[in-house]
Amino acid sequence: MLIKIGKWLLFILFALTITGAFIWAPLKEGLGEFTRVIYFHVPMAWMAVLFFLLAAYYSYRYLQSKNLLFDAYAQVSNEMGILFAILATVTGSIWAKQIWHSYWNWDPRETSIFILLLIYGAYFSLRSALEQEDRRARLSAVYSLLAFVSVPFFVFIVPRIYFSLHPEPVLNAQGKINMEARQRIVFFSSLILQTVLFLWVFNIRRTQVKLKMILRRYEETKTFKEN
Amino acid sequence: MKQTYLILIKDLQQEFKTRYAINAILLFAIVTLSAVSFAIGTFTAGEQVLSALFWVILFFSSMSGLSHIFIREEETQTADTLKLVAKPVHIFLGKFIFNLLLLMVLEVVLVPLFIALMNFQLQSSAIFFLTLLIGNFGLAGGGTMVAAIISKASAKGALFTVLSFPILLPVLISGISATKKAAAESALSSAQSELQALFAYSVIIITASILLFDYVWNE
Amino acid sequence: MKIKAKQIVKRYGKHIVLRNINFEVANGVSLAIIGSNGSGKTTLIKILANLIAPTRGSVTYQQNGKTIPRENIYRHIGLVGPYLQLYQELTARENLYFFARMRNIPRYKERIAELMETLGLKGREDDAVKAYSSGMQQRLKYVAALLHRPEVLLVDEPRSNLDEKGIETVYALLREQKKHGILIIATNDNEDLQLADRKLKVEAL
Repeated sequence: MLIKIGKWLLFILFALTITGAFIWAPLKEGLGEFTRVIYFHVPMAWMAVLFFLLAAYYSYRYLQSKNLLFDAYAQVSNEMGILFAILATVTGSIWAKQIWHSYWNWDPRETSIFILLLIYGAYFSLRSALEQEDRRARLSAVYSLLAFVSVPFFVFIVPRIYFSLHPEPVLNAQGKINMEARQRIVFFSSLILQTVLFLWVFNIRRTQVKLKMILRRYEETKTFKEN
Repeated sequence: MKQTYLILIKDLQQEFKTRYAINAILLFAIVTLSAVSFAIGTFTAGEQVLSALFWVILFFSSMSGLSHIFIREEETQTADTLKLVAKPVHIFLGKFIFNLLLLMVLEVVLVPLFIALMNFQLQSSAIFFLTLLIGNFGLAGGGTMVAAIISKASAKGALFTVLSFPILLPVLISGISATKKAAAESALSSAQSELQALFAYSVIIITASILLFDYVWNE
Repeated sequence: MKIKAKQIVKRYGKHIVLRNINFEVANGVSLAIIGSNGSGKTTLIKILANLIAPTRGSVTYQQNGKTIPRENIYRHIGLVGPYLQLYQELTARENLYFFARMRNIPRYKERIAELMETLGLKGREDDAVKAYSSGMQQRLKYVAALLHRPEVLLVDEPRSNLDEKGIETVYALLREQKKHGILIIATNDNEDLQLADRKLKVEAL
């Protein structure tokens, strides 16, 4: 019952937020209509990073426990992550074409999302090149964690070396939020709602993977006993 | 420590007899450098382009040789033999130092040739050589670790570059930036933030590799 | 020294290689692992040598009642097997000196000379391993495995590529081994069974 209410609440709030993003929130000077992408682009980039962190977390859990279930979770996180990294790249690139007059400029922000894409790509090509199950799980977990180490570098150090044209990140160094009240409401509700929605999707995928694993183990013990 | 040294000596002996990695890496560097030099022709490229070209050549040359150290053990079926006499951390360190030496040999050849062929002028050789020195640690650390990972996979060669690139890109970015400074400015302090970044990243990647290597090596 | 294998299961994906292996051996005992091709003999040997981990179950090495930590097991075992190669480009001496120094063996030069003589390889120390015939390489593997006087000797296919004389020499060494330590061999050959006090049959599923 509670879950059902939650679902309806999520649906209504989401509808309101999307409508608000297009009608209610004021535009920013200099950006015009292109302001609105922030309500969708930033949450997507955030989801890409969040799933990257989740993948690293599950990889760590796998190495600790050697339980293949965690490897499956890490894989699901990476699948979701690559999807959002692509979405964030595409939305950002379209926006950049309008404002900076080119789809790609190697701005530090563009570089970091590109690296994220590369890491995801490398992760999946490594997986497909390893046949043995436990070896695949182990080595891709190690790679996930190794890549995880390089991410802070792109977040904190690269923007210091290179000048960026990207609008101030939402959580900037001063801890101030450079937005009007109505923009802020729409932005944060979009961020929170998307996080909730996609974590929910992730959880469904996770359950699916878990069931598959339980089924597999059941069949394995069956053949084990028959022999 | 003694084990690390012994593994390094063993790998050097092997390399000395086959000269596989050194040939691959040096020839790759020379071929790429001549191709680039030929393509650019007589006009002189700016320091921006040259710094980037230098690191691109360095990066891809090292990609052709750094993975050999682990692939060799896997292909000759000596990985298990080694596993029976050594602890993982010594194996990693021995092979890391080998790759470090390999990169230094590469640079001894590549740097003078690059300066001569591309007419690359350095304002501050201190920045340049410091960048190379620290950069070597990062390249060798990340490269050795990825080599260990891919030595167990199929399609090793292509995979090595694909997997190394995101891990080593921080080294490339700060390396290129510092090399530009070396060509443009003379004060060592002007490249401070790049060198700090390079150093920090090298330390991080080597530490992470040592911590994670057990999981790669032990089945 | 005592080896306890408890409920060892090894599985590659859906394929079960080893199913519930249990045994216990102590010093002075030799064990032969038998079974047809593809029955998991080699997998079991590799698990015992700590080269791969079992999917379930455990192998414990105990000395004077104390369990040896997993990362130190390698000090107590020697292994000869077709998948365990020597460095082909290096000479026999370089190979053996490397292993001996890695294992910190005192007076290793004498030990190596003694073993080379026993196995009939004296005079060939400075040839590259790749110049050795396969039978001689097999002998050399015995030298490498026995350098540190291991308490546990694991041998996968003891006689592979050996000639009559080689087999005799190796048999003598293996008999010597089981007097003071543990000998485990994996074999298909009935003659090898004379070395074993006990047999363990592994079956393919």
